[in-house]
Amino acid sequence: MAGLLRLGAVLGLLLVSFLPGFARAGMSIEIVGGAASQIPIAIAPFAAPGASSNDPSAVVRADLEHSGLFKLVDTTGLGVPGEAQAVAFPQWRSRKADALVIGQISTLQDGRVEIRFRLYDVVRQSQLAGFSYVVPPAKARAMAHKIADIVYEKLIGVPGNFGGRIAYVLKHKGRYELQVADADGFNNVSIMRSPEPVISPVWSPDGNRVAYVSFERKKPVVFVQDLASGQRKAVANFKGSNSAPAWSPDGKKLAVALSKDASSQIYLINAGGGTPERLTRSNALDTEPAFSPDGSWIYFTSDRGGSPQIYRMRSSGGAASRVTFDGTYNVSPSLSPDGRYMSFIHQDGGGFHVAVLELASGQTQVLTDTPQDESPHFSPNSRSILYATHVGGREVLATVSVDGRIKQRLTLSGDLREPGWAP
Amino acid sequence: MKHLSLVSLLIAGVMLSACGTTETKAPVVDRSVATETAKPAAPAGPQVETHGLAAGATDQSQPLEANGSGIEGVSAADAAKLKDPNSLLSKRIVYFDFDKSAIKPEARPLIEAHAQFLKEHGQAKVVLQGNTDERGSREYNMALGQRRADSVKQAMAVLGVKDDQIETISFGEEKPVADGHDEAAWQQNRRTEIHYKGE
Repeated sequence: MAGLLRLGAVLGLLLVSFLPGFARAGMSIEIVGGAASQIPIAIAPFAAPGASSNDPSAVVRADLEHSGLFKLVDTTGLGVPGEAQAVAFPQWRSRKADALVIGQISTLQDGRVEIRFRLYDVVRQSQLAGFSYVVPPAKARAMAHKIADIVYEKLIGVPGNFGGRIAYVLKHKGRYELQVADADGFNNVSIMRSPEPVISPVWSPDGNRVAYVSFERKKPVVFVQDLASGQRKAVANFKGSNSAPAWSPDGKKLAVALSKDASSQIYLINAGGGTPERLTRSNALDTEPAFSPDGSWIYFTSDRGGSPQIYRMRSSGGAASRVTFDGTYNVSPSLSPDGRYMSFIHQDGGGFHVAVLELASGQTQVLTDTPQDESPHFSPNSRSILYATHVGGREVLATVSVDGRIKQRLTLSGDLREPGWAP
Repeated sequence: MKHLSLVSLLIAGVMLSACGTTETKAPVVDRSVATETAKPAAPAGPQVETHGLAAGATDQSQPLEANGSGIEGVSAADAAKLKDPNSLLSKRIVYFDFDKSAIKPEARPLIEAHAQFLKEHGQAKVVLQGNTDERGSREYNMALGQRRADSVKQAMAVLGVKDDQIETISFGEEKPVADGHDEAAWQQNRRTEIHYKGE
C-alpha cells in the first residue's frame, strides 16, 4: 500500500521530515503561517535504555510544530533526561522553554514497548502530566500522537487531533482509491479501489463505517462500508443519481441527495437502506446536506433563490431559511462539532475559498486565498478545517485553523481530494 | 498490507505521579476491531475491491459480463444508424453554457433525431448522462449535471418520448472529456451524453 505513494515534492516554507523509521508512508506536511504567539516548548529526545526503538519524540515534535501553536526549542547539548530526577530546570529555562517534555522508550521481555513521558511547566518547575503506556511496537507511533494530544490539551486547553484519522480519495494513474490514514497521513490504507470515480466519503459517528458515492455501476450510488470487514451495501441506488451522504449524529440515518423525483432533492434513509423519506420539495437543486451536531437541523445547498446558497431546515423537513447572503456562490456546509461555526466554500473574484460563519454572531470570515478550495470539514476539536485544494497543478489536502492563521498541506504522489475526519 | 486498528489501541495507561514512585492503574481501553471475514459480495462492477482493516477481510467483486443482447427492440440495421457518421443519430452530445441547463438552438436537431428514433423504437431505452466543468463543489456539480440531463429529457418528452424510455443521471465534474483547466476545456465538459442501453 505504502509502495504506491512516493514522497511528493514540497515547495513549502518549511519541510518537516520524520525519522526514517517513521517515514514509510512517504507523505509530507508543509506548514504555512503560524499563531501570533507560540508556546516555546522543549521536547527532549526520549531515552532508550538498551533498545533500538524509534524515538517517539520525533513524532511528538512534528505534531506540535504542525499545529502552529508551538515554537520548538533546540535541545542539543542538554542530554537525554529520561526520568524526573535528571531534569535540570535552569538549563531549559536558559533556552527560553516554557514547557518541557521528557520520556523514555524501552522494550519489555514479551516484545511490547513501554513509553513513558512527563510534561513540565519549566517556569514553575512542576509536572503537568505524566503517563506510561505499554503497547505492541506497531502502536508506538499512535502513542506518540497521544502524547502530543495530551501536551496540546494541557497547554492549549482543548483536545488535540493528532491521534485522529482521516479518509480521502486518492486518484493515481487513472484509478481511484478510498483511503483512511492517521491525521498526519501515515499508516494510509486503501479500503476501496475502483477504476471509476469515488466521491464524498463520510465517517459514521461511531467511527466504524464510511459512506461514500461510487460510480462503479455507471451511475452514482451511495454505499456504506464496514471498516473492519470491508463488507458494504448499496444503501441508496434509486433511479437517477444518488449522492451527498451525511450521517445523522446518532448514526442511524443518512441524509442523501436523490434525483428519483426531481433533479436533486434531499431525502432521509436508514443507514442500512430502505425507503427514502423526502425532506425538501423545491423546484430547485437541493444537495450537500449536513446535520447540526445536535441533530435537529440540516444545513444544505440550494439554488432556489437563483444562485447556490446555504439554507437550513429542521431535520424532519419543512420550511428552510437562508443562512448565507454574501456573494452568489456559497456551498458545501460543514458544522463544527461544538456547534459554534459553519464552514463552507465561498466564491469571490479570486475563486473558491474556505470561509467560516460564526453562527451566533453571523460574522463570516474567508480563511484561504487559494482559488480552488473544496469540501471543507471540521476537525473533531472544532479548531481546524480540513479541505481539498490545488497547489502547483496538483490536488492536495490542507487544513486551516478556524481563525485562518495556521495552514498545513498534506501531499502524496497522486491527487488527493474529498477529505473527511473520523469523529 | 499493513493493518490499521480502528482506534488507537491503548493497551494500558499507567499514570505516573509527580514524584514517580507511586503508580495508579488507569482503565484498560480495548476497542480493537472485529476480525470477521468478508463474504463475497454480489458483483459490483469492474475491478472494484474493498479491504477490511481487520485481518483477512478483503472483498473482491467480479467484473460484470457485457450485455450482448444489443438494444431492445432495435434491429441491427437500425442500430447501425446510431453509429453512422452521416446520421445525426451518431451525434450524442448536447453542450451547455456556463452555469446553464437550457437547451441551445443548435442542439435541437440532434435531440429531435433521437426523440424520433426512440418513438419509432418504443422498447429502446437511453441513459442521459449530465456533466459539468471542474469549477466549484463536486456535489453541487452533481446536482447541476443532473439538471442538464433532465433538461434534455424534458425536451425529448415534449417531443413525445415515453418517460420510461429515459433515465437521467449525473457524473458531475467526475468525467471530463477535456483535461485542460481553461474555458476551451470547460465548454467541452459542460454536456449531456446520450447512451442507448445495450449498445
